[in-house]
Amino acid sequence: MEFSLEKREVRSKKLVFILPIISIVISMLLGAIILLACKVNPIMTYFYLVKGALGNKINLLNTIGKAIPLLLCGVGVGIAFKLKFWNIGAEGQYVWGVIGITWVMLSGKWAELTAAGTYSNASWVMLFWAWVPDSLLLPIGILVGMLMGALWAGIPAWLKAHWKVDETLSTLMLNYVVIKLAEYLYISKWKAPLGNMGTPDIPEAGFLTSFGYGGKLNTGLFMALAVVGIMYFILYKTRWGFELNMIGKNSKAARCQGVSIKRNIVIALLVSGAICGLAGAIDTAGITHKLTKGVDSGYGFTGIVIAWMAGLNPIISIFYALLMAILRTGAFSLQIKMGLNSAMGDVLQGLILIPLLATNIFVDYRLVIKHYKKKIIDKVACKEEE
Amino acid sequence: MDFFTNVVVATLVMGTSLTFATIGEIFTEKAGILNLGMEGMMLLGALSGFATVFYSGSLLFGILVGMFAGVFLALIHAFLSINMRASQVVSGLAVTMFGTGLANFLGYRLGPAPSFNLVGMNLPVKFNAIIVPFLSDIPVFGGLFRVSILTYFMYALIPFAWYFMYRTKYGLALRAVGENPRTAAAMGINVNKTRYIYTLIGGAFAGLGGACISLYHTPSWNENMTGGKGWIVIALVIFSGWNPAKAIIGTFVFGGIMQLQFAIQAYNGSSAFMAGLKSIPGQFFGMAPYLITFLVLAIMTVISSLQHKQFSSPSALCTSFAIDDK
Amino acid sequence: MNDINYKAPPVVRMEHICKRFPGVIANSDVCLELFKGEVLALLGENGAGKSTLMNMLIGLYKQDQGTIFIHGKEAVINSPQDSMALGVGMIHQEFMLVGNLTVAENVILGIKDLDFVPKMGIIKRKIQDISEKYGLAVNPDSLIEDLTVGEQQRVEILKLVYRGAEILILDEPTAVLTPGEARKLNEIIHKMLAEGKSAIFISHKMDEVLEFSDRVQILRRGVSQGVKFTKDIKNTGELAMLMVGRPVLFEFERKPYDPKDVKVKLENIVVSGALGARNILNGVSLEIREGEILGIAGVAGNGQQPLSEVITGLCCSTSGKLFLDGKDFTNKQPLAIIKEGVSHIPADRGKMGIVGDMSVEDNLSMKKYRTAQLSKGPLLKRGLFRSFANNLIKLFEIKTPTKDTEVKFLSGGNIQKTILAREIDSCKGILIAVYPSRGLDVGATQSVRESIISQRDKGCAVLLVSEELDELLMISDRIAVMHEGKIIGTVNTKGADIEEIGLMMTGIRR
Repeated sequence: MEFSLEKREVRSKKLVFILPIISIVISMLLGAIILLACKVNPIMTYFYLVKGALGNKINLLNTIGKAIPLLLCGVGVGIAFKLKFWNIGAEGQYVWGVIGITWVMLSGKWAELTAAGTYSNASWVMLFWAWVPDSLLLPIGILVGMLMGALWAGIPAWLKAHWKVDETLSTLMLNYVVIKLAEYLYISKWKAPLGNMGTPDIPEAGFLTSFGYGGKLNTGLFMALAVVGIMYFILYKTRWGFELNMIGKNSKAARCQGVSIKRNIVIALLVSGAICGLAGAIDTAGITHKLTKGVDSGYGFTGIVIAWMAGLNPIISIFYALLMAILRTGAFSLQIKMGLNSAMGDVLQGLILIPLLATNIFVDYRLVIKHYKKKIIDKVACKEEE
Repeated sequence: MDFFTNVVVATLVMGTSLTFATIGEIFTEKAGILNLGMEGMMLLGALSGFATVFYSGSLLFGILVGMFAGVFLALIHAFLSINMRASQVVSGLAVTMFGTGLANFLGYRLGPAPSFNLVGMNLPVKFNAIIVPFLSDIPVFGGLFRVSILTYFMYALIPFAWYFMYRTKYGLALRAVGENPRTAAAMGINVNKTRYIYTLIGGAFAGLGGACISLYHTPSWNENMTGGKGWIVIALVIFSGWNPAKAIIGTFVFGGIMQLQFAIQAYNGSSAFMAGLKSIPGQFFGMAPYLITFLVLAIMTVISSLQHKQFSSPSALCTSFAIDDK
Repeated sequence: MNDINYKAPPVVRMEHICKRFPGVIANSDVCLELFKGEVLALLGENGAGKSTLMNMLIGLYKQDQGTIFIHGKEAVINSPQDSMALGVGMIHQEFMLVGNLTVAENVILGIKDLDFVPKMGIIKRKIQDISEKYGLAVNPDSLIEDLTVGEQQRVEILKLVYRGAEILILDEPTAVLTPGEARKLNEIIHKMLAEGKSAIFISHKMDEVLEFSDRVQILRRGVSQGVKFTKDIKNTGELAMLMVGRPVLFEFERKPYDPKDVKVKLENIVVSGALGARNILNGVSLEIREGEILGIAGVAGNGQQPLSEVITGLCCSTSGKLFLDGKDFTNKQPLAIIKEGVSHIPADRGKMGIVGDMSVEDNLSMKKYRTAQLSKGPLLKRGLFRSFANNLIKLFEIKTPTKDTEVKFLSGGNIQKTILAREIDSCKGILIAVYPSRGLDVGATQSVRESIISQRDKGCAVLLVSEELDELLMISDRIAVMHEGKIIGTVNTKGADIEEIGLMMTGIRR
């Protein structure tokens, strides 16, 4: 018996929906094995996992709150991947979003503290945005966050477009440059005067309006959905989207049709980085309210996985972002309810991805099993098709 | 021992784990596979090595189990990217998520009763320095001879790895596979089998590197104790130009920067220069390896393209391969 | 030619070979024999199954059915190493060489019983010996990426001889050689035949087949049309009949030659080569007028494709000027040139002409999607795409299962028709066609040529780059011959002296 993969003539549309379900089942089985090996009840674990993510209103809103930055990173990465530009710097671009909005929103605070005489370490950089009135804190903060994310993606994009510098490696390296920078900021330079880590909270005027039960949902949700809608529209309904599609699938042919490869790579990546930066800004303005340890929470990296799973489709990304968010929120509750370390959440996340990645190929390829003893039938088949 | 010898020894101690993993990843990438699961493999290797030595008391066994952990994760990555033709980037990230999660999780379950926590436990044995007489007294470079057996193994590994890659028939096959898999296949080399083997070897060395951290560099176990070293390894591979002989340069440069920072912070003397260095925030030292690698990557690529050559990343890196691809 | 004993058992016998790929039968019940000391030509149009058949002989593919006998014994060939062990080796059209390794390393790559640490000294000496024996002039220490195409081909030959190949298969070997180099290759091969080796060469060039082979086997659509002794064939017409099964039209109807204004003008275009290498285009000047086809002849690699890329804006010139319709378009972006109405049928249709993973409909729309015909501002009008595509598919008779089928699944001929449809529909006076009938069967080639001629009759200025001199002689009004980046000379097709053209192709101007 010999297994081989044969390319399908047409992508199997129904498998696109069935495969994720099969994969989730497989990964639950695999996870159950690991849990049993550690003498933990898998059924209880999954129960509390789902309950912790969706069981009551607060948990549900927590999950959605996590899904927002995941979704945005997924969509942001998606446009880059459409060009076959492997933007692995989403994590760093997200962090820049957090840095950017914190930079803008805290200027007022630093100015206040300096004026009160209780704080003397504010540099001119930190005070730069002190002139921004409360009503403009949010829009300017978000814009600055997006701008910084855009630049952080734009630099490797320019290098790739003009000098063919490998983007997988360049964007990867840049992640850690900004993550370390953030660490410097929340440990020393921008550290709140009291406490040993983290910046002060951003002023309430800069919060995203929250609503819903317990104020757990914020307007960031609408912004995220708006971005999904806009990106979907751009990618599938506009000339530019058509051109990006061409570039990703055959850049030489695109060039022959007059499409500017270099310019489009840079612009698309500026958009990509901006969206990831937006994720960071929204998450800060809506949920975390500061820059502190744990800012590199993996939203960017998970976004890459989400984008790939969703086939770079912004709308399908919603589903996968929710899935990943459920795992994250659920994992925290596991700690409380079952004393299970939240690392189990990471295990399950990775465990879900593995079957998903493995089965993804069957959308484009079919499994063919060849039997060597079928000579007669082959002979007939060969003649028949003439 | 004076300040500089200290730095040399400390660099080597930390560098051993980095170099093992770097050499492993160089071989994996030379075959055309990008392994972003490095961080997961190293952490799981660190955990497995630690747990094994904690219970068995055997350092050798610990090292072997650590390597095996790396191979286990590498097997998943290889299966996904080679057999299932998944994106190597996504597969590597998934393996990292799974591997780090698993390692951290097991760290809270495999410990002794009542807490089952391995964090903060002490090892019955560790790798101690083997000091070579005479040679270890050379100023500064004597540090090379004040290290453990793991590091001495590393000294032997580097030239062997270089020789293997550039002078043996397997190394030749490896280089062909990463450059031009189609030709390699036509010449009778089994491309996917080669990629599998070197991915697993890369995993083994990643696990070994991880075990070095928990058994030698900082003998202990802590959640996420690899602290991003896996990503530094990826940087080191680029920095060494995919050449095993140059891996040690990167290790010294990056490791040296990090160790230098610690040493500077610990310095208590009166030099103004040192005081100036002391005031540089630690994170900038932490950032340096990545920034340097980014700049090296960008500059080397630009220079090479001006000379109409290609910067030496293997041409087939990150591609998937099948004979019937038309 | 040597004396070949056709009564002795053949060295290679392939019987009843069948091979299928998804959606297409590549070989159906093909039988082939090769005798010792002979050169057998395997002739057929592209897609006839010649390369596939040979790929099975050397183990890259496995036949679905049929048996292969080498020296009388049934051979199980599962890999190129198996076939090499049996003494069969192949030189592919795309060389199987690794660029950043040396000649010596490439020669020994994959040899089964190589030492763990190969003794490079002995290996290099053996390479030198073979090189001298057959006049290959190859240095074992050179890096492949530093060698010329001709030199690389000789490395490929050396590889085979080094490994003891007795049966050599060459896939379109002269595609990249000048007539002089082709003759030299023939000498090398015959030296080897004299020692008892045998050769099969795959070709679709009929005159080459007549000149270099002992016997010819013709394949058409995966089925063998029989074998003939070359000396029994009277002319290429007869071969064409066998290849195609019907008389091939060699004459095209067209309007009398009456060129109007100059549409395309190049003045001393120079394109410099990479660091230190010679110029790719070395001062090219030419004019193309409305209502004429200017053919560019020459061995591939002498600057023809760069020339077309300068005119279409894909390649920048270091100096010189380009005028389109009297306006200076030197080094302008491709988009500007497209907007000026220049249509381009590119050399490599798969890589440059279509986006394989996009649908037929999308590919047809790639030239006009920016115009009001298919879009409104930045938005695409998908509904209009459909009717636009329908129109073109009907007009150009493009065979495709659906409009949404990804264009890479179409046959070569239909892909070229898609490109033609798109380019001709948007052509506004200038058509640049580069190797347009490469790899197409006779029917498709016919329609491509008819389209080009009809554009010319409508008043278009056409640049036609082709490797096939007979195509140029059939279609173009004037022929410019290129050699090493220069135009050696331009002649009128009527009354052209073929020998003179052939000489110009090697750089000699009488």
